[in-house]
Amino acid sequence: MNLITKPSKDNIKIFVPMGLFLVSLSFLDVFVNAFFNFDLMAFLPSQLSYFLPLILGFIGFYLIRIEFSGVRPLDILNKNINSNNFNALLTLFTIFIIIKSIPPMLDWFILEANFVGNSKDDCTGDGACWVFIKVWFNRFMYGLYPDAEQWRINTAFLILFAVVGVSFFVSEKLKKYFILFLVFVFPFLGIKLISGGSFGLEYVESAAWGGLSLTFIISAFAILFCFPIGVILALGRRSSLPAIKYISIGFIELWRGVPLITVLFMSAVMFPMFLPDGTFIDKLIRVLIAITLFEAAYMAEVVRGGLQALPKGQYEAAKSLGMGYWRMNALIILPQALKLVIPGIANTLLALVKDTPLIFVVGLMELAGMIGLAKTNPKWLGMAMEGYVFAGLVFWVICYAMSRYSQNLEKKLSTER
Amino acid sequence: MIFKKFNIENKKARDLIPQAITVLALLSVIIYFATNAQINMGNRGISFGFGFLNQEASFDITFSMIEYDGSHSYGRAFLVGLLNTILVSVIGIFFATIMGVIVGISRLSDNYLIAKVAEWYVEIFRNIPLILQIFFWYFAALRALPLPENGISFYDISFLTIKGWYVPKFIWTNFNIFLLSVIAAFIAIYFITSYATKQREQFGKQIPTTIISLATLILIPLITFLFLGVSLTFEYPVLKQLSPTVFTYAGGVSIIPELIALALALSMYTATFIAENVRAGILGVGKGQKEAAASIGLNKNQILKLVVMPQALRIIIPPTTNQYLNLTKNSSLAAAIAYPDIVLVFAGTALMQTGRAIEIISITMLTYLTLSISISIFMNWYNKKMAIKEK
Repeated sequence: MNLITKPSKDNIKIFVPMGLFLVSLSFLDVFVNAFFNFDLMAFLPSQLSYFLPLILGFIGFYLIRIEFSGVRPLDILNKNINSNNFNALLTLFTIFIIIKSIPPMLDWFILEANFVGNSKDDCTGDGACWVFIKVWFNRFMYGLYPDAEQWRINTAFLILFAVVGVSFFVSEKLKKYFILFLVFVFPFLGIKLISGGSFGLEYVESAAWGGLSLTFIISAFAILFCFPIGVILALGRRSSLPAIKYISIGFIELWRGVPLITVLFMSAVMFPMFLPDGTFIDKLIRVLIAITLFEAAYMAEVVRGGLQALPKGQYEAAKSLGMGYWRMNALIILPQALKLVIPGIANTLLALVKDTPLIFVVGLMELAGMIGLAKTNPKWLGMAMEGYVFAGLVFWVICYAMSRYSQNLEKKLSTER
Repeated sequence: MIFKKFNIENKKARDLIPQAITVLALLSVIIYFATNAQINMGNRGISFGFGFLNQEASFDITFSMIEYDGSHSYGRAFLVGLLNTILVSVIGIFFATIMGVIVGISRLSDNYLIAKVAEWYVEIFRNIPLILQIFFWYFAALRALPLPENGISFYDISFLTIKGWYVPKFIWTNFNIFLLSVIAAFIAIYFITSYATKQREQFGKQIPTTIISLATLILIPLITFLFLGVSLTFEYPVLKQLSPTVFTYAGGVSIIPELIALALALSMYTATFIAENVRAGILGVGKGQKEAAASIGLNKNQILKLVVMPQALRIIIPPTTNQYLNLTKNSSLAAAIAYPDIVLVFAGTALMQTGRAIEIISITMLTYLTLSISISIFMNWYNKKMAIKEK
């Protein structure tokens, strides 16, 4: 009896073809149903026909679940997706949901979508209206920056990419100078190029900056400044001098305890009250200061984690060599501590990039803000889905690349102890 | 020369100098800001003070858990905003935890497909800015819902429409008695579990506490329903025609789309981080622990419940606390879609009306600081309770 009902190595020749047939039948049913809107099992009562793929698939998976069958593909299949009844059900559900969701997604993104045209009227299909992205693409990238001057932003970013690209191929010795240039010279050169006002370049006020380029500008500057401030705060928090220690703690905990949006509100409405009457600091600079201080507090906590993880012997060894506080930290402690916390640093920087859209609070518009502006344009109402899917994709690519890069860096720099 | 000598010989003085410089610098910045603020406020004819909190707010709030209208004070408006912030944070934390645990465990599943799906869920939702996700749900996904007259109906007691989600309203009689009975049930459960622990530790007796606790939790409140006059009825939302083309639902409770979008985005985003914590926690329990547990004859469920989870929780809780804090702070993004949380109501509308930037921003920041600190104090307490007790 057991020989007939329970799948085993002895009856493999009957059970496996039967099981595979049932499983493929169930997939075929769902597939045909999803893609061609045709119900294979329509001759059955509706409720049964609805659940039939699940039942067939389940029985099929049960039949092919033969331990140590000796057939390699079957063993791999069983081990990975069919190890017991529960897993078989989960597998079926997952595959069904994936098959079911492909056609509507495909329709919306590509098949029913509109790619050609210049206005909303050209979008006749049911799918996405990518014309919207095409028409507004320039604005999404450069904000309200004048069209004629956009080459300046392009040039600045081209120089950046060129320098970064070249620095990968030059020798270690030259690389140092490239990095020094990137950190100390280029940011100010780039910002001068973009803002203009001298060398015959037309001045473009920061309120006109926007789009994805503003996301990059803000992220780059905030990263540049928040890193050293964070390191100093972390050292301050670990300092043996009480005044410095408690001021650092207070500073870090204050920023970490409040949301960025209130910090930005503060920079927009409260900070001007603290300045002498008539002084005006550019909106962009105020936002930059706010984001930098905010992220520096998070960076400080990450770096502190690294400092705490270092064994005491490292400090003692450095001191016994006669090193002072700064030399000890710069040459012995920080290089090791920072290496330990690369994932944390990467996460903080990622958070910083993901926080940039919040600058809408003070009226600056990067990519998400520009989409908000575009979708409220009377000629382009109802394009929110396309806009936010596009922005989500762009941000996703940036952030995913960053997190991948940090994982690689971590592997590269990890030294066996 | 003199300076150098002074430096080497007197360590105390050497330590004092940088500290004194820092404190002085900080003080001078504060004094500079304070005097400027005073001058600026003097110019505008406003004086620093919190008296405005008692003035009439004269603006309306779309969603409030307590009674509020324009005739109430700014203080009351603040309270409404605060309660809304807490509401969305609690909902977000609840769902983020459930989803995070499910996804985290799924990532470790033997099932290749499930593990991959969970991994991609984490990779996708973690790498898209939260504010974009909120915008997506609010401006794109929820706007695609039908109008009230064709709302998606759940067995005719609850309706999902573009204007929000209408759910039945609970109408209690003698709610206080019911509440007391629930509290009593929890107290009883506490005594039962401590008695069971004692029995187990002293005599090695196993008492099925889970079943007994569940029974207590159901039975005691049930008694109040049967004998003490507690009753619960529902008020269902009903479609009502306002004009030939405009429909709405009357009765029931309306959950506004802002709240749905915010809670959805917050919990889906935070769940990815919690999932990573859960995964790291379970992976952090050594393989030897599981093998040892199996070798003394515990079955799979017992291993998970008695050996793996208690140890994994210790690794999971501290970073998860941080995520709860982040979620609470992130709920301030509500301002972007006009969910009336504390930032929108108080730091937005109230500030625009009164112009009292310093007071209002300080109160808002202090509120968040208090919320953060109270969550971390509670979690530290819980963490200490869960920590390894050396015997």
